[in-house]
Amino acid sequence: MKTHLTILTFIALMSAAFAAPRTFDFKDPKGINNAGFKLDAPLEAINGNASGVSGTVIFDPENPGATKGKIIVATSSLMLPNPMQRQHMLSDKWLDATKNPEISFESKEFKNVQTAGDTTTADVTGTFTVKGVSKEITVPVKLTYLKDKLGERVPKQKGDLLVIRANFTIKRSDFNINPGQFEDKVSDTIELTLSIAGASPK
Amino acid sequence: MKKILRIMAAILLVGAVAFWVVAGANRGWTKTQVPIKTVDTVTGLEGVQWQHKFVPGMDFLSAALLGAAVLTGISFLSTKKQSDSQLKTTT
Repeated sequence: MKTHLTILTFIALMSAAFAAPRTFDFKDPKGINNAGFKLDAPLEAINGNASGVSGTVIFDPENPGATKGKIIVATSSLMLPNPMQRQHMLSDKWLDATKNPEISFESKEFKNVQTAGDTTTADVTGTFTVKGVSKEITVPVKLTYLKDKLGERVPKQKGDLLVIRANFTIKRSDFNINPGQFEDKVSDTIELTLSIAGASPK
Repeated sequence: MKKILRIMAAILLVGAVAFWVVAGANRGWTKTQVPIKTVDTVTGLEGVQWQHKFVPGMDFLSAALLGAAVLTGISFLSTKKQSDSQLKTTT
């Protein structure tokens, strides 16, 4: 009886350990993680992306609605095909990358959580910070939990992957980025696309 | 001199337009880097790698047009000067 209890306790502890929330690191050694941005103004369209993604997300496969985390994008990693446009974008007249080196989103609450297999969709409310201005926004996200897939991406490493995809828009005027100015060339609405994968080694 | 300047203007303009067309006829600003899309087979994510490549845009064409116009303008000035000197020699 005593042996049975010990085995049961061991199994329960092991199950709890495996079901526990896992921490995913979003610094991608393969350089695939990126955040795209698109501004479609009447006179000019601007398309670029940023690769300097980092941050951590705590995800529980048994309870995806309890997911919490913060994703950071290095302002200096924002790229545009035209070097002069990029220089202007990072200058103190626009994003002021020297004083504001990070663009971030920190989640607070998951709503409308729907899980089917390994995929979870939800509306995440959190704090979005650009150019030192923080604002609460709600973003629709899609999380895909890839159990034991880390080894396929990073050789000789066991663990899980968490893929996050999100498409949403912000207004630059809400974040004090030249509000009301140059809107014929630089749209007030910015379309953002987040495509990132985080790793949780075992 | 007048002829050489006009030929140079024509070569500049035709060369710039030809280069612009061959490089993809980009109707935006000149690019020095272009995004190359890559797909991660495990996650299905689409990443972007930036590659150094010169793609001339409308600003490049405008600069070539301006250069050709300046050369043509100089050719007219040089004609005028020539005719002035010719006038002096005849008088």
